[in-house]
Amino acid sequence: MKRLLITAASVLALTASPAFAQDMVVTNAKLVIGDGGAPIEGGVVIVDDGKVVFAGVPTPGQTFSTDVLIDAGGAWVTPGLFATVTTLGLADVSAVDESNDITARETPFSAALDAATAINPTSQHILVHKAAGITRAATSMMPSGSIFAGQGAIIDLDGDAKPVMQARAFQMINLGEGGADRAGGSRAAAHALLRSALREAQALVGKSGIPETTEIGKDDEVFLSRFDAEALVPVVTGKQKLYVAVERMADIRAVLALKAEYPKLDLVLVGVTEGWLVANEIAAAGVPVIANGLNDLPETFEQLGATQSNAGRMAKAGVTVAINAESLQNPRRLQQVAGNLVALTRIPGASGMDWGKAFAAISSVPAEISGMGGKAGVLKPGALGDVVMWSGDPLEVGSVPTKVFIAGVEQDLSNHQTRLRDRYIDLDESDRPKAYDW
Amino acid sequence: MGALATLVSALALSACATTGGSGEAASASDKAKDDAFAATPAGDPVFASTYKPYPNIATAIRGATIYDGKGGKIENGVVFMSGGKITAVGGPATPIPADIAVFDGTGKFVTPGIIDIHSHLGDYPSPGVEAHSDGNEATAPTTPEVWAEHSVWPQDPGFSRALANGGITALQILPGSANLMGGRSVTLKNVPARTMQGMKFPGAPYSMKMACGENPKRVYGSRGRMPSTRMGNLAVNRETWLGAIDYANDPKAKRDLGKETLVGVLKGEILIQNHCYRADEMALVLDMAKEMGYKVAAFHHAVEAYKIGDLLRENDVCSAIWADWYGFKMESYDGILENAAFLQREGACVVIHSDDQNDIQRLNQEAAKAQAAGARVGIDIPDATVIQWLTYNAAKAMGIADMTGSLETGKMADVVLWNGDPLSVYSRPEKVWIDGALMFDAMNPKTRPVSDFELGQPGEGDVK
Repeated sequence: MKRLLITAASVLALTASPAFAQDMVVTNAKLVIGDGGAPIEGGVVIVDDGKVVFAGVPTPGQTFSTDVLIDAGGAWVTPGLFATVTTLGLADVSAVDESNDITARETPFSAALDAATAINPTSQHILVHKAAGITRAATSMMPSGSIFAGQGAIIDLDGDAKPVMQARAFQMINLGEGGADRAGGSRAAAHALLRSALREAQALVGKSGIPETTEIGKDDEVFLSRFDAEALVPVVTGKQKLYVAVERMADIRAVLALKAEYPKLDLVLVGVTEGWLVANEIAAAGVPVIANGLNDLPETFEQLGATQSNAGRMAKAGVTVAINAESLQNPRRLQQVAGNLVALTRIPGASGMDWGKAFAAISSVPAEISGMGGKAGVLKPGALGDVVMWSGDPLEVGSVPTKVFIAGVEQDLSNHQTRLRDRYIDLDESDRPKAYDW
Repeated sequence: MGALATLVSALALSACATTGGSGEAASASDKAKDDAFAATPAGDPVFASTYKPYPNIATAIRGATIYDGKGGKIENGVVFMSGGKITAVGGPATPIPADIAVFDGTGKFVTPGIIDIHSHLGDYPSPGVEAHSDGNEATAPTTPEVWAEHSVWPQDPGFSRALANGGITALQILPGSANLMGGRSVTLKNVPARTMQGMKFPGAPYSMKMACGENPKRVYGSRGRMPSTRMGNLAVNRETWLGAIDYANDPKAKRDLGKETLVGVLKGEILIQNHCYRADEMALVLDMAKEMGYKVAAFHHAVEAYKIGDLLRENDVCSAIWADWYGFKMESYDGILENAAFLQREGACVVIHSDDQNDIQRLNQEAAKAQAAGARVGIDIPDATVIQWLTYNAAKAMGIADMTGSLETGKMADVVLWNGDPLSVYSRPEKVWIDGALMFDAMNPKTRPVSDFELGQPGEGDVK
């Protein structure tokens, strides 16, 4: 709330623009709450001071006053999508190294890396994905020099001066093939590095009775510096979530077993291609999953059991499942993946999700996993006023947002791509070259 | 190539002349024949297809919406296939024999088999381990002598996913794009087989893969070799073409596998599939092709094709593109969702391709995205035309459009029955026929192909 007011004031001061959160009422919507339920015809959303105050079917005679009245004309209206895990804001062009802050292979630091310090809110990827209806995201560096990716942030996509809602929201590590490679060549090395790192963190807390060492390294290479160990204190004390990327059944079990040694760990599983094979164990452990959506190929030896039915089967077993944006060509495909999960419900032998649950897997569920439950990815009183109006069924591949509001503020949906689209709407250069057409 | 033919026929002639002599001379000649080593002459079929259509029964689908692959649409239509061929396509009154298998297509859709013009299945198979990395002979900037078919691992589980989820009935396997000239492609029927030859599409022409831009100059420039720049790319290409022209004109030239491929291109027997992102580079390639006397069948990836739709139409070049890939490398920075629609607006040829073991399972969805982007800027492209992007246009750019790619009498019965509108995210292939044989049926788990690699592994025979 405070942040929103500050944001609004700074936008006003900088641009004298009226683009600050105001009362807004959307009527006549095919309304999606985002909590897993079915769409509601004739829905109304009321946003006041940047927050949702009402979403549902109004009772007869209910009145409201507003600055802005939007008749949706029966269009789909949903909460903003919540993308996790992403690298949004950390690169302009991933293959252009200079523009890429996603990985940092040469740094001596690992767990201490803080993605929030590198987020660029005006990255084209942020603008493009805002136009695709994603209003909030969990964004993180990716493991490169270590099993630790560093600390990820929860961001909004409104492109203003304050993209970071929550810095250091989670630590991410890889304990599968990727982690094994980075730890020196074996999963055992990755697990030893994790345990030694957590041991260091416990020592720093001062309760374990274990003396501190200085750093963990080999030859000239530092695996874990003092600064990194300090960054793991909130992990080992359960104050910061630990996202663990694994794919195969045995690795999933090895992660769940960490809870016995480190009971305070607040675990989230990421990837989890073979999760369906141990779905009951994941559900029993109460560990949520950010699952690769449609992977169905044994692309590695840790994904032999890959099937598109993975997410559906885990959900059926009671696992909390969000769709992993990082497994996609780009995060704006989240809606396509969710739509495919619905399609699977019509295939004999397959498991998918019904429409409402599939939508929740890209809105409220990832928000909850990210610690934003009730605040993002859902249209309920008290939630942030992230409202998206669509050209059609939001899970259909041809649909796009027609309006996007973030915290009650209508967003400009233009970006590099829309400008190119406008320029090349024809190829007419009879008067002047295209460079004059802008 | 011409030179080789001459040499071989000269040998044959002299053999003829001697066999006419005395018994002794004949036996000497036989000895000489035994001692003379000779490869199969260039141009004769080698690594020939052994594919034969699998047993099939006369089958009709009735009551479905049919997209014929060439822009036609029939409501409540009938498709009748027999003997592995399309026998009839038409409206509800189309006659079908009484004693054949008939599927009710009410509420369903029929399209030609989906064709992917750009795949690396088999060459970069799953699992994607180093030992399987067979898609790019990245050891020299031009390797026209390599043939993608010699890397195809038919046990790649990706083929079955493309069949079951994507309705893919034919696909072109291309070498990678590290090289300016990456080698020959192979077109496959998407049937499980023990050998590559068991998949090889009978009668399909070869293509040669070329690549513009960042990849060749990066891969070789970083090794201190030419090319390290885009101008280096063009220079190496042109020198190589000139060498091929000299070879073609030299009756005494020693046989050269790479130049045989290049000469095949100059003769129009081998097509060019050219990886190229940027509009300005595509224009350069078109001029190089004119200079050297060959034709480009399709630009692949072509994220900036929309900037030169007029030029591409005038040169009769297809653009094989993604719907929404952008921004992952510098030359993809200007990718936009409207690329296909803007090309269609100019009357240029659009093909939707995958270049990906996952996207090949959803080319229909990618096409739908591209169609919708056009509609939003007032370019309304009929569904039947969009299906053409994945079928006839792909077949045309691969040189197989006289055999497959559309539902026309006498063509191969490569057919997909979809359980709903194929341009909807909610639809999937229900049945897939290849040459009239039912190779996948979503209703029958035993029709899920399981590769050797998957046997005894978790999820063997699972729905994928």
